[in-house]
Amino acid sequence: MTDAKNYMHKSWWKIASIVLLGYTVVAGFLGEVPRLPLLQETIRNLYFHVCMWFAMMILFTVSVVNAVRYLRTFNLKYDIYARHFAVVAIVFGLLGYSTGAIWASYTWADPNKPAYNSFSTIARDPKLIGAAIALLVYFAYLILRDSIQDIDKKARISAVYNIFAYAILFPSIWILPRILPSLHPGNEDNPALDVKNDISGSMRIVFYPAVIGWTLLGVWIATLKIRFTLLKEKKMLS
Amino acid sequence: MDRYIKNPFHFTERKKDAIMNSAKKITTLLATFFLSLITFAQDKKTEMADMMKENGRIYVVVAVVLTILIGLILYMVRLDKKISRLEKEN
Repeated sequence: MTDAKNYMHKSWWKIASIVLLGYTVVAGFLGEVPRLPLLQETIRNLYFHVCMWFAMMILFTVSVVNAVRYLRTFNLKYDIYARHFAVVAIVFGLLGYSTGAIWASYTWADPNKPAYNSFSTIARDPKLIGAAIALLVYFAYLILRDSIQDIDKKARISAVYNIFAYAILFPSIWILPRILPSLHPGNEDNPALDVKNDISGSMRIVFYPAVIGWTLLGVWIATLKIRFTLLKEKKMLS
Repeated sequence: MDRYIKNPFHFTERKKDAIMNSAKKITTLLATFFLSLITFAQDKKTEMADMMKENGRIYVVVAVVLTILIGLILYMVRLDKKISRLEKEN
């Protein structure tokens, strides 16, 4: 637990997260954005909705790294890390999904009909289905974990499953939607983070700090849960 | 009987009328073209929340979101401190 104490108890990255999130909110609302038809001011959702998914991907990566570390050392501490990073990543994914639903109902839906009338069209979008598959695979991770009683067996099986889940994550949220026609930006030779087409430099200087800020917030929440769980485990053993 | 006009349906102005009519049509057509030009010009400018920024009211939204963010972060800091104390006790 010594290496955990090193970064989990440091406060500089927590302060960095607070500063970056404050900057995201202020610059995100007041900063210059390109004038695009249809999107209009909703383009500012890039700093919030898209950052949820980026934070999710980074946290799932941290989770799978800890799963591999567990399999290399069989230290149960890494199993706890992997679980909590995955849970926070799922929360971020759900937030990304629900914010995306709100955004889509104002930009993708037929403006002449109520938003729910366009639901069948929107729900068929490959990006949404891909993201749903990815999240469901990780829900299964939690179910699998909690259905095994034996601690070592639980840790080992869920670490292996975590690697499989990570392997399906990027194909289902990036590769699969890109090769299919979709309304979502970042499909069919239309990279969402293209300088010429989509986001200008004035948005990049907010977007990248926003990704770091939201990710650090996720790491903060995960480390709090990890520290609490480690305390609980210690009490149980003593 | 000179009160009967030789040819009552003789309109000398008829030709002129036709020219006037076509001129009217053309001007109306041109006017509608210009009207459509005006609407094009309006389409080009994407509607943004410029009004809100001019009024300064967008700052209210920023203040509200920042308050929520600060509240959440204070909660996080408190949790962090509580867990740190528990760790010290153990």
